[in-house]
This record gives sequence, C-alpha cells and structure tokens, in this order.
Amino acid sequence: MAKKMPETPMLDELESGPWPSFVTGIKRLANSEDKQYADKMKSLLGQLEHSYETRLGYWKGGAIGVRGYGGGVIPRFSEVADKFPESAEFHTLRIQSPSGGHYDTKTLRKLCDIWEEHGSGLMAMHGQCSDIMFQGASSAQVQPAFDALNEFGFDMGGAGPALRTAVACIGMARCEFACYDTVKVHRRIYCDPEMLDYMHRPSLPYKFKFKFSGCANDCTNSVHRSDCAVIGTWAGDIKVDQAEFKNYVRTLGRKEIIDNIITRCPTGAISLNDDDTVAIDNPNCVKCMHCIDKLTKALAVGDKRGVSILIGAKHTLKITDTMATVVVPFMPMETDEDVENLYDFCSKVFEFFMDNALEHERLGEVIDRIGLPSFLEGIGVEPDPNMVIEPRGNPYVMIDDWDREAKKWFARKPAIRAAE
Amino acid sequence: MAEELRKPIESGPPDPMPWMHPVMRKNYGQWKYHDILRTGVLVHVARNGERVYTVRAGTPRQLDVYAIRALCDIADTYADGHVRITTRANIEFMVADESKVAPLVDALNDAGYPVGGTGRTVGQLSHTQGWLHCDIPGTDASGVVKSIMDELYDDFVNEKMPAKVKIGTQCCQLNCGGQNDIDINVQHTRPPVINHELVSKICERPTVVARCPVAAIRPCVVNGMPSLEIDEKKCMCCGACFPPCPPMQINHPEHTKIAIWVGGKNSSARTKPDFHRLAVANLPNNAPRWPEVGAAVRQILEAYRKGARKYERMGEWIHRIGWSRFFEETGLPFTKYHIDDWRGGRDKLNHSAQIRL
Repeated sequence: MAKKMPETPMLDELESGPWPSFVTGIKRLANSEDKQYADKMKSLLGQLEHSYETRLGYWKGGAIGVRGYGGGVIPRFSEVADKFPESAEFHTLRIQSPSGGHYDTKTLRKLCDIWEEHGSGLMAMHGQCSDIMFQGASSAQVQPAFDALNEFGFDMGGAGPALRTAVACIGMARCEFACYDTVKVHRRIYCDPEMLDYMHRPSLPYKFKFKFSGCANDCTNSVHRSDCAVIGTWAGDIKVDQAEFKNYVRTLGRKEIIDNIITRCPTGAISLNDDDTVAIDNPNCVKCMHCIDKLTKALAVGDKRGVSILIGAKHTLKITDTMATVVVPFMPMETDEDVENLYDFCSKVFEFFMDNALEHERLGEVIDRIGLPSFLEGIGVEPDPNMVIEPRGNPYVMIDDWDREAKKWFARKPAIRAAE
Repeated sequence: MAEELRKPIESGPPDPMPWMHPVMRKNYGQWKYHDILRTGVLVHVARNGERVYTVRAGTPRQLDVYAIRALCDIADTYADGHVRITTRANIEFMVADESKVAPLVDALNDAGYPVGGTGRTVGQLSHTQGWLHCDIPGTDASGVVKSIMDELYDDFVNEKMPAKVKIGTQCCQLNCGGQNDIDINVQHTRPPVINHELVSKICERPTVVARCPVAAIRPCVVNGMPSLEIDEKKCMCCGACFPPCPPMQINHPEHTKIAIWVGGKNSSARTKPDFHRLAVANLPNNAPRWPEVGAAVRQILEAYRKGARKYERMGEWIHRIGWSRFFEETGLPFTKYHIDDWRGGRDKLNHSAQIRL
C-alpha cells in the first residue's frame, strides 16, 4: 500500500504566492506513485516540515563515494530516520555543469530520465560552484546514478579539501564585453587530468576555487568567492564610435550623459566635448566597464585583450571575509600560448597552496598570515604598484635588499610598459 | 571471479558548444552590442547583423523533473530547443526570430514562471541549502527565497530600482552565501550546547580546538570521558566548531536569529567591489514565511529606491549619503553591535571631522 502523504501545514504555506514553489515541485515527486522515489519524497517532506516546526536541521554527514573517486558526493543521513525512514539516506551528487551553463532540451531530458531512475527526481540547477546538485540518492543508488551520468558525458564535481568545480560566465557565446574565451580557459584547466586528480581525490589543505569572468562586471562573482579569480580586461584604448555616441547624447540628453555616464567614471577619464563627441583619457582608464555597460553601441572593450588575476577570496570562516586582490595586473589571453601561460601560472599558485597552507586554511588566509610579498616570492611574481591601494604605512620592515630590488624594478619596467 | 569495476571517465566540465543555440555558436566572439527590449528580454546583435533574443525567467532552483521537462516543452514549442542556467538560477531561452519572443513570454507566464531579472530589477535571491539538505543550517534557504521573492515579485518583473539589486541568503555564519546588495544571514546569539556523551565518540578533539577563531575551546574530562569545554566569555558564537563536531550544537529554535547585511558588490563598475555591512539583526527565524525579514528587506529597498541615483548600487548609495542617513532613511536602529571590534575593525571608524549634522 502506498505511503500516506504527510501533513505539512507549514510547507503548504509556501505554495501560495506568485513565485514558483519548490514545495509544489517536491509534492509532484511525492505524488508520483508509480515511481521508486514517491515514498522517499513523502518522507523528505515530513522531515522538512519537522525542521520548519522545530527550527532545526536534521542531516549529518558520513562517508559515501563512487569507485575511483574520493569526493564529489555529499553524504546525508537523517538524524530523525526513525520518524522518516524512507529518506534516511539522501545523498547529493555534485556533477559539473556544461561550461557557461548551456543545455539543449535533449540533454536536459536525458538527465531527468537518469535521475528519475536512479535518484529522487529533485535537482538544484545549479549550486554556487555551478554543479548540478542531484539531491536525494540512497547509498545504493549513488554508484548506478553516477555511472549513468558519467557514461552520458558528465563528470563529478568537487567537494571537501579539493579543487572545486569552477564557474565560467557566458563569455563569448553571447556577450560583447568578454575579453577572453572564458569557456576555453575554464575547460583547459578543468579538463586537465592533473587538475581533475585534485578534484576527484581530495588531498589539498582545504578547498580551492577558480572562477572565470570575461570582464570587470564579474558575473561569476569571482572577486568575493574564488581563491583564483580570472577576470577579463584589455590594455590600451576603449573603442569609440563617435557617431553612435552623438546619437546617445541626442536621444538621452546631455544631462543624462553627464550625470549618469561622465561623472560616474571613477578616475575622471571621460569627458563630453562641445560637439557631443566623447574624449577619453585612456591611460587613466581603469577598465571598470561602467560607460561601456551603459552605452553599448558607442563604446567597446579594446583590442589588446587579456586577464587580471586576483587571488585569495573566501567567505567568513575563519578570519572573516577576504576579497581577492591583484597578483597579475595583466596577462595577454588571445593565443593558445597565452592560455598555456595561464595554466602554468595556475599550477604554480596551486603548488604553493599545497606546500604552504595549514590544514583547513584557504589561500587568502595563508596570504594574510605570511604577507603578500612572501606569497609573490613563492610563486615567482615580481611586485607591481597595481597590487596595492597605497604603499606601506608603517616603517617596520628590513630593507637589506633595497638596491637590488630597485635595480630589478628599473630592469623590468620597459617590459611592463610593452606588455600593456 | 571478482566483479569487473567500471572506471570513471574523468572528463571535467562538458563542452557546451554542441548544446549552444546555433546563432550563438556561429557568432561566438563576434558580438557587437546588446539592448534590453523589455524587462527580462535581451537582444544581442553580432557584427554581421545577426540577432539572438534572450528571455530570462526565474525558477525555484530546486527543480523536480516534471518542472524541468515542462520548461523543456516550452523551449521546444516556443523557442529553438536551447536553454541556459544563469549564476543566479534563472533559466534563459534563446530565439533567433523576434516574433517568437512574445508567445514565449506568454507561455512562461502561463506556466507560472516570472519573466524578468534584467537591468534595474531585483534579481533572484542566490540560494544556499538550508534545512532541505545542509548538515549545519541555522535556517532554511529555499523557503526564505520563496517568501522574499513572493514579496519582491513585482520588482523582479519590472525595472523599478535605481540599479540592479542582488540579494542572497546564508544559513550559517561560515561558508556559503556571499556578498550582495542585501544579504539575509543567520546570526547565532548563544554559545554551542555540548553533548558530552557524544564528543568522545564522534569528534577529533584537536581539530575542533584548532577550528576556533578565538581559542575559546579547551579539552577537558566530563564524567570520566574526554570532552571539550568552551570559555563562554571568549566565544563569539560563530559556529565554526559545529561542522567538525556535531555534538557542539550551535543552532537553537529561539536563539538562532536572522540578520540583514547591506552594500556588498562584486563588480568593479564605477566603485571598487565591496563587502556587505550589518544593517539589522535579532530578527526572529520565523518559518515558514519569515514576515519580519521580508518587512525589513522591503523597508531597506524602499529607502534605497527613494534615495539612490540612477545606476547607483545599494552600497554606492550608502557611501554617498553616509551611514547616519542610512539609518535615518530606513528607520533601523544603530547600536553598539554595529561598531566593528573584530580584526581590521579600526579601519571602519570615522577618522575625520566629516560629520553629517
């Protein structure tokens, strides 16, 4: 006899209102009497209602995995399995989504079919590292579910002290702002066997995340949330179509252009000419994207494209939030060779992290502990004024090597200018 | 004979090219400009003049296979069979033919999916996991998102804000969630309650001791069993000891509160990226609808809508008007708990005679 639907008066309240309801979705699964997951999802609704009533969570971790991999499954065992036995095991498989988030319907339907057969029918599209979260496998379902997904071309994502799944923005597929091919770079690093080894066999001090944003708008939120943020930028001039600019002035009005474009430039690098064309002080432009974002027909990112690399972002635990900060101001990113350079750089950062982080310490915390100069020395990067808001504010430092360091600065200065 | 084990295929993230809309694939890297045609509808124009229209719709993120198949049906009937999932769990449908846009929007609305989230709207809340699946949550995520998006539905489907507003949730004080214009976060108010019977069975004590940011945890013996004790004067109730040692329960039906933080920004446009700051705390964790949280979010949003200039993000508005006026305009109290005394806190004090009187 089919299991009865639990009473869920609190969750039922989340079925009203205009926004689509996840409760309605879970109930659809719970009511699919001909499916293997129906009773499990009834049980899940019961436990979730119990959480709502008591305002506490009731899942605990454990050790569940698939053959050949050491991570990627988030084990969840219920602490209230006596009350809700069918959902006693409710594990998540983190599966890497296609770079940039593109699907055709055939692929999505096949993913649904697999999860309907081997799981719960409930998926999160996507987790915050862009994994598809297949939520609700019993212990026995984990391996067959993964095998089916893996045969279909999908691979496990990261969990635990490992390389975590990365996010790439939509990039060149649909965005005129994309300063590099985020999908290509993402896949160069993340389809690499050595890198995947760090994802699939967790052996790092703690998690390590990459995010790939095509421009400073940073749609993947790399600057807050990734140990290594690769953000597109360009060297040289903004591209201007003066006729289109004049057209914007004519249609939007001078006040709009002055108040909301010209005066919003963070470095005062843009001004309106008397003939309603625009003048840009390009050497003082910091590539913030505001004017280009708003006047898409008149202004565009420059031709000499590359990336800035910012390192060390993480959320609160344990020293408080750290923002990623500049470690590579500009690295060209147009040719295959450029991509290989980036890969080599990422390997170096990665190696440093493995060798120097304490247990459960993120890279941002390591840098906080040892100071940016030691980190730069460790990965072989020379200091650059773009790395700081302003220079040192206290005199407590040994400067034994000042003359040698100054000589190095003068020796590399022409090369820096040329690269830019 | 031993069963032959299948070896995993270590393929990494799938190549999106075969699944991408053909117009996007053809014009990869060749886009010239874009426009917002109406809230939720974008047009991107390539250098060769080809266009692709994007319709963006909100989803509950936690999707059942029936909902995904229904969205696929819409994509097959009204779009060209391709979709995209955004970083904030919206779904995007792409079409090459402008005449397909209106029927597609209607089909989505008829199926209960709001079209919006572009330009100067309140975007969908970014989710964490919450009671549905997390092992340490102080509150739920999906229920909070649903409740707040019901409240802000109108601001998702219409561009009524000065600039885009990103909102997030965070069910603990440690890891997930992020920095947004508005963040709805857990605030613990009591030290963990220790189940001494279980500590010696489950917890690796040195790991737990090392996890505490303020060195408030010490090994001890309780009833002859090894356990842990907390210096409650030092403890700041962050909950960092709870994940490695579940018998140190940090959550509580009453003492786990909700706080709202404001002014986070990750884009470098105009001003530099910023972290969010505490706006208001001690709101009740009032499932299933969190009305007090919704009301506070609305209060902050209305002050922002009234006071901010065009394109000014929440944090930029606050920096311009100053925090004293922020508390005045929103009607929220300023307390001693707003003054940062954690590391780096001194940098957040006013070191000037610039005072709004």
